[in-house]
Order: sequence, then structure tokens, then C-alpha cells
Amino acid sequence: MSDQTCIIIGASHAAAQLAPSLRQQGWEGKIIVIGDEPYVPYHRPPLSKAFLSGEKDVDGLLIRPAAIYEKNNIEFKLGARVEVIDRAHKTVTLQSGEVLNYDKLALCTGSRVRKVTLPGTDLEGVHYLRDIRDVEGIKQHVGKGKKAVIVGGGYIGLETASVLNKLGMNVTVLEMAPRVLARVTAPELSEFYTRVHTDEGVTIKTGIAVSGLEGKGQVQKVLCADGSSFDADLVVIGVGIIPNVELAEACGLNVDNGIVVDEFARTNDPDIVAAGDVTNHPNKYYNRRLRLESVPNATDQAKSAAASICGKDVEYSSLPWFWSDQYDLKLQIAGLSQGYDQVVIRGDRDSRNFAAFYLQEGKLISADCVNRPQEFMISKRLIADQIPVDAEKLADESIAPKELLAQ
Amino acid sequence: MPVIKYVDHNGNEFEANVASGETVMQGAVDNMIDGILAECGGACACATCHCYVDDAWTAKTGEAESMEKDMLDAVVDTKPSSRLSCQMTVTDEMDGLVVHLPETQY
Repeated sequence: MSDQTCIIIGASHAAAQLAPSLRQQGWEGKIIVIGDEPYVPYHRPPLSKAFLSGEKDVDGLLIRPAAIYEKNNIEFKLGARVEVIDRAHKTVTLQSGEVLNYDKLALCTGSRVRKVTLPGTDLEGVHYLRDIRDVEGIKQHVGKGKKAVIVGGGYIGLETASVLNKLGMNVTVLEMAPRVLARVTAPELSEFYTRVHTDEGVTIKTGIAVSGLEGKGQVQKVLCADGSSFDADLVVIGVGIIPNVELAEACGLNVDNGIVVDEFARTNDPDIVAAGDVTNHPNKYYNRRLRLESVPNATDQAKSAAASICGKDVEYSSLPWFWSDQYDLKLQIAGLSQGYDQVVIRGDRDSRNFAAFYLQEGKLISADCVNRPQEFMISKRLIADQIPVDAEKLADESIAPKELLAQ
Repeated sequence: MPVIKYVDHNGNEFEANVASGETVMQGAVDNMIDGILAECGGACACATCHCYVDDAWTAKTGEAESMEKDMLDAVVDTKPSSRLSCQMTVTDEMDGLVVHLPETQY
């Protein structure tokens, strides 16, 4: 096995776990990670938070320092893109023309921002937010008293609004849906975050469609379909991400809203695994296939992928969870709320401290916890272990979160 | 550079050089020490970097703050010496620190 080569495509969160896990699982062969950015894998969540605000620099973002990979004989080819995967000959071809042989291949290609097709998106001061370069670009246009318009009221948009507001900018968020966070959360949470942002001085407009951007070289105005317009020195567009499935698709792997893998992160090619945002994988807690955009998903699934490469079966079966930091609010989300038929609020939504529980046919399927870490931790267990819950007790603050486990 | 000793639930010991200013969690991640998952990368959001500070060291590592305390309160198998290692910043005085790792982070 020591003369074998495992190639990992994508220097991502998944790769940062997969490569070391391979060594831990006993892989003695070569490991080559190919990434199109010039950095070893780094934490993406702080990009819209501590990196944008300046509290963290690039070194502070790295998941592990470069020296650790070297020490474990994990090789990187950075600033390189894979053009073709040839499964018959087990090779990958880089943009440079270089051809590399593999015995095992891991696809950790992640996702990229969804681009909008509007006039003016090529103007100076218009940015997306997905990688270090994007944020470095955004920072060029940050300034006290300057105007920022955020297109898209999802988590990225709202986190960015929160930081830019703190940095002294006049911030407006434009959301096409009737409410912010519409895709991921209940109206109660949308209302809450709208109120918090408004209190902090951010203008939130919903049900509004952007029709174009205007300026002479540098963006100056965001134009909307209803005829209104907003002055802007900086525009940040955050309207979702799409999985990077093209390489997998082109080489004939099964792709269906992500690369289709089993619970062991294996594709339909026995020598190819996939992990992270890019996969469509089964989830036993929700009895359906999921494609998740989350760090814990990337790292946990990468461990299963590494085991599969080493011929071991380690099932990936984690409860999805997410977090978002805005102002002094730590939102922790356990599980997925799609399909809920009842929302139970614990605590006061007028304060900055409450939990929203999502039930489906009387069963807890998800919880949004705002500055409520205990409720979050307990919810994970209530959902994962399918512990029966009583809506009245969930709402009853006189019952400690821990006691909910014993219902 | 301070040396931190991580002891897993089977008693296996791993020593790592961890620079002052780094967290005990990052020291484990940088050195590929299993048993600390750190799913959120140090944002105090997940409690998967739970550890027990060796009794001899609790005075030097200080106490958990409120967010951390709340998280710990809901973790499985907590002890009075429980901490989230992402919230413990290494100082020169912590050279020789011993932390014990739980059997599971869930």
C-alpha cells in the first residue's frame, strides 16, 4: 500500500480532515491535495465574521499550520486546478497539462457562490463572499460613513451586514423573499433578526428585486425592479452557493444535486470517495438524502471517506448543526426544520435570548437557539435520540433544559 | 514554548509544543491528537473540544466564562474540572499542563 497514491481534489475543510485522517487510519502511500487557492485549508466561517472585521488574519484562519501537513507527508499543489478526471486510466489532468496518477481519489470540491446575471456586476466595489480574496476585496471598500448594500438576506448577508455596521458603514440589506432567512428558518426568527438589525441601524428591505447596478467604473447605485434605488460604495452579493459537481459529472459519476455517495462517502466508483458541501448523502435522522452546506458535515464525512479509502467501514451519521454570529447573538441551530408543523418558543423573543423548537407530528426535528447554548446542546440529544417531547414543557422556563431529556 | 500533555481516555499520553497565545484546542488539532474534534474551529459553538484539566492545574487555567459554562452544563460526562479547550489560551505558566480527554465528544 505504501507505493499507492491518494489524490484529494479541493484544499477545503473536508480535505483538512481527510488527509490527516488517512494517516491516522494507516494510509502509508502518497497523499496529494490539489487546491485552486494559494492557501492550505482554512476556516471559511470567520470570513464573514472575524476576518472581515479584522480580528483575524490569514494565519489565524488556517485550520492547521502548513508544517503539520509536511510532517505527516501530505503534499499540496496549490494554485492548481484539475481539468479532467480519467477514471479508466486513473489519472487527473491539471490545467497546466500535468498528469497525475491516482490509486484512490477523494472529491472535496465544495461549492461556489451563485452568481447573479445583472447589469453592472463587473463594477468596482461589487463582491461575492466565499473566499479570502473576496473578503480582501470587500475590505478595500470599507469605510466609516460609507454605504454598503447587501443583496440577499441569508446568513452570509446578515453576518456581513452586522460586521459592516460595526465598522461604521451605513448598511442596507435587500432581500427578494418576503422575509430574511426565509429558506432556513421560521417567520418568528426572521422577524427577530429583522428587528435586531433595525435596532442596530441596518435597513432591511424585503420583497424587493434588484434589477441592476450602476456606476462609472466604481459602483454607485443599486437599482430595483420597483423603481427605487440605493446609493452604494460597496455591494456584497450573497444569494446562495452551488456544489462544484462538474468534474464528477464529466467523468460519469452519479450526480444529483451533489455527488451521490452512500453512508460511507463512497461514489459509484469503488476508488473514488467524496465529502463535504459537494455530496448528496443519506441521513438516518431525517430518512432522506441531504446536501448540506456546513463545516461539521465536511469534517465528519471526511473521516468516513478516509476510512473507506483504507478499506474500513465508518458510517457517516451525524445530526446536522450550524451556527451564526451576529452582533452579540450566537445562534446555534440543531437539526433541519424543513417540514415542521409547530413552533414552540422558549423565552422572550423581545429579549436577545430564546430558543425556537420545531416539531413535526409532535416530534422535535430542529431548534434555533439564540444565546441559549444549553437548549442547543440538549436539543441535539433530543433530536438524535428521538426522545419524546412535550410542547408545553419545552416552553416552560421553570423546567431546566436538562430535565427535558427525562420526559 | 509550553509543552501540553494530552491524555486520552485509555491513558495514552501525547505531548505537544503549543505556543503561548494559542488555545489548548488548537494545540491538539495542530498535532493531530484525536479526541478533540473542535467542529466549530474555536467559536465556542459546539462543545466538541471538551477536556478535563488535571487537578494540579486548575488554578492556572482559570474558570470557564458564562457561555462556556452553559455549554459544559449540557455536555455528557462533565466533571468540576471540565473545560472547553478552545476557550483556554496557553500562557508560559501553563508549561507542563496536563489535560485529560473524554471517551467521546458527544
